[in-house]
Amino acid sequence: MSQSDLSMNNNMEVRSVLTAEEMAQSRKMQRRRKVIAFAFVTPLLLFVLIAFIAPIGTMLYRSVYHPTVAQLIPDTLDALSGWDETTDIRPDDAVLNRFSVELKQLAMTRKSGKLGEEINRAMPGTSSVIKSTARKFKKLDTELLRNEGATRLLASKPQWKEVEIWRAMKASGAVFTSSSYLTALDLDRNAAGEIVARDTQVYIQLYLKSLKIALMITFLTAVIGFPLSYYLATASPKTANTLMVFVLLPFWTSLLVRTTSWIALLQTNGVVNTFLKAIHVITDPIEMLYTQSATVIAMTHILLPFMILPLYSVMKGIDPSYLRAAMSLGAKPIPAFIRIYLPMTVPGLSAGALLVFIISIGYYITPALVGGTDGQMISNIIAFHMQSSNNWELAAALGSLLLALILILYWVYDRLVGVSNIKLG
Amino acid sequence: MKFPKYFSIWQKIGMHGLRLTAWAVLAFLMIPILVIIPLSFNAEPYFTFTEGMLTFDPDAYSLKWYAEIFNDDKWMLAIKNSFFIGACATLIATVLGTFAAIGLSNPVMPFQRAIMAMLLSPMIVPLIITAAGMYFFYTQLGLSGSYLGVIIAHAALGTPFVIITVNASLSGFDYSLMRASLGLGAPPVYTFFNVIMPLIRPGVISGALFAFVTSFDEVVVILFLAGPEQRTIPRQMFSGLREQINPTILAVAVLLVVISGLLLLTIEYLRARGERIRSGEI
Repeated sequence: MSQSDLSMNNNMEVRSVLTAEEMAQSRKMQRRRKVIAFAFVTPLLLFVLIAFIAPIGTMLYRSVYHPTVAQLIPDTLDALSGWDETTDIRPDDAVLNRFSVELKQLAMTRKSGKLGEEINRAMPGTSSVIKSTARKFKKLDTELLRNEGATRLLASKPQWKEVEIWRAMKASGAVFTSSSYLTALDLDRNAAGEIVARDTQVYIQLYLKSLKIALMITFLTAVIGFPLSYYLATASPKTANTLMVFVLLPFWTSLLVRTTSWIALLQTNGVVNTFLKAIHVITDPIEMLYTQSATVIAMTHILLPFMILPLYSVMKGIDPSYLRAAMSLGAKPIPAFIRIYLPMTVPGLSAGALLVFIISIGYYITPALVGGTDGQMISNIIAFHMQSSNNWELAAALGSLLLALILILYWVYDRLVGVSNIKLG
Repeated sequence: MKFPKYFSIWQKIGMHGLRLTAWAVLAFLMIPILVIIPLSFNAEPYFTFTEGMLTFDPDAYSLKWYAEIFNDDKWMLAIKNSFFIGACATLIATVLGTFAAIGLSNPVMPFQRAIMAMLLSPMIVPLIITAAGMYFFYTQLGLSGSYLGVIIAHAALGTPFVIITVNASLSGFDYSLMRASLGLGAPPVYTFFNVIMPLIRPGVISGALFAFVTSFDEVVVILFLAGPEQRTIPRQMFSGLREQINPTILAVAVLLVVISGLLLLTIEYLRARGERIRSGEI
């Protein structure tokens, strides 16, 4: 009889012996124990919700929430709401007057540049139009603009006569918008409101490049990590423990230290070039730093322990007698290895590969320091839009897409390995 | 290497090849760490070996980059900040994480799997996403550019490691010990510190070390959240590597390698001790 049968029998017996009152009491006890267990978890749960989940939620929200333009020109947007942007007729003079007044106010508070930057995203080239008009309007009287702003506007730049700039303004004014996601996927809305592919594909290429780099790193760590793990798993415990230090020391060493080392090794007058020149392999130094290969090499080094540790722990549990049995039954060493040993290492290999892939796809520091322009990954572009171009909505949209990818992989990892089975050290 | 007599010549070559490959991989792992040690004693402000260094000219070596660290206010502030932020974040992460792991390892805990996945998520989400989200959210709360903000952020990043290590040390935990203590009349707090704690201590300490290292090594969140006042060692290294490379960074790197070596020894000691506790030797 199996154990579950036994416990079921016990339960039935208990049910028949206990009175209803005792049953209620036991249920109450059970509930109390649940409450106590939950009480232990609650403080951290609240902490993580506020300190981590809420920020992630805010980022997701920011990817569709875009209040900047609506805050800059509320009156114009109000006026534009009555205009049908699918027609080829520009908004009437009343709308243009109201915009002129707002543009002057923005010019006075030095916010016209911000408006130019925002509208420029929807329609490249508009930034200069808005800025130069704002500069002219700064000197004009508000009352004058209220009445003949439209004439002044049309006289200042020919672009104001076109319908496109007003379309761009109305589109940027939407507080909730999917435009950041469209940009992040290299898509755009045309005049008729249909979603079309952009002429220049930027972000899809970037995602593909990041995936390629992450796959390359995963492959390299597996190929390099496998023989070492196998050697460690089959060596005597004393040798294995000693050699393990050489795997764990890099693992524990700061990521910036390891990136620094790779800069010292790979730069033009660095250690590798000096060494190769000294042994007369090369005469001119090879440019290795600030390339995609530098990113791949440095990250393979940094992430290798994440492959070796799970592989090693799985290999250590494999009984060597399986392989011996196969060979004594006449299997040749290589087929025996491939058909008997390799399948048994799959749990470790898949755990390591997923871990390395998940970590590398979102890596920022190492590509930023050694990658140059070619070795940049999706994280670096997110950082660029956060810090330099101030396009937070696009950064949030790119981040949300990356997050979705990671969560799918995390879910797969949980299915395959179980997140609670992660071991450290 | 000794081989059994029945090994064919090809098997012997294979074994030698395996050993050679393994050592080559170990060299790949270790050389980048070792190479910075002599470079940090360079008398010249270069990131590479000079002629003098290769001929072991004593004048080509110097300790001046180490002296530089201690004479530079920026580095001293960074060192102080790293330890202060790391210690505070570790304290929060360890206390909250230990309690949560105890609750989670209880078999009656509802939604165990979902809660576990959520509590471990700070470890999985790429740092750039965490940093961007925290920048949006913490700025609204007025926490960006403050020690409190950075400490809270780092504590959140460290908790998954505490949960994992404490959870592992609880895997062989005998709950009847706890029930016995409570049943014999010991108050819950006394039971926690005198019965549960001694048994899970190695897990708690190694979790705390992991949390500390996470904070000590973290730079992406710092880049987004910290002001100039909260610059840490990695942040200082990052800007050093981007703006002007000088061997002070190498000297700092060597000191960090020494620290990680010490941490590794501590962790290994604790792991061995934890294993002995679980197998009932102590």
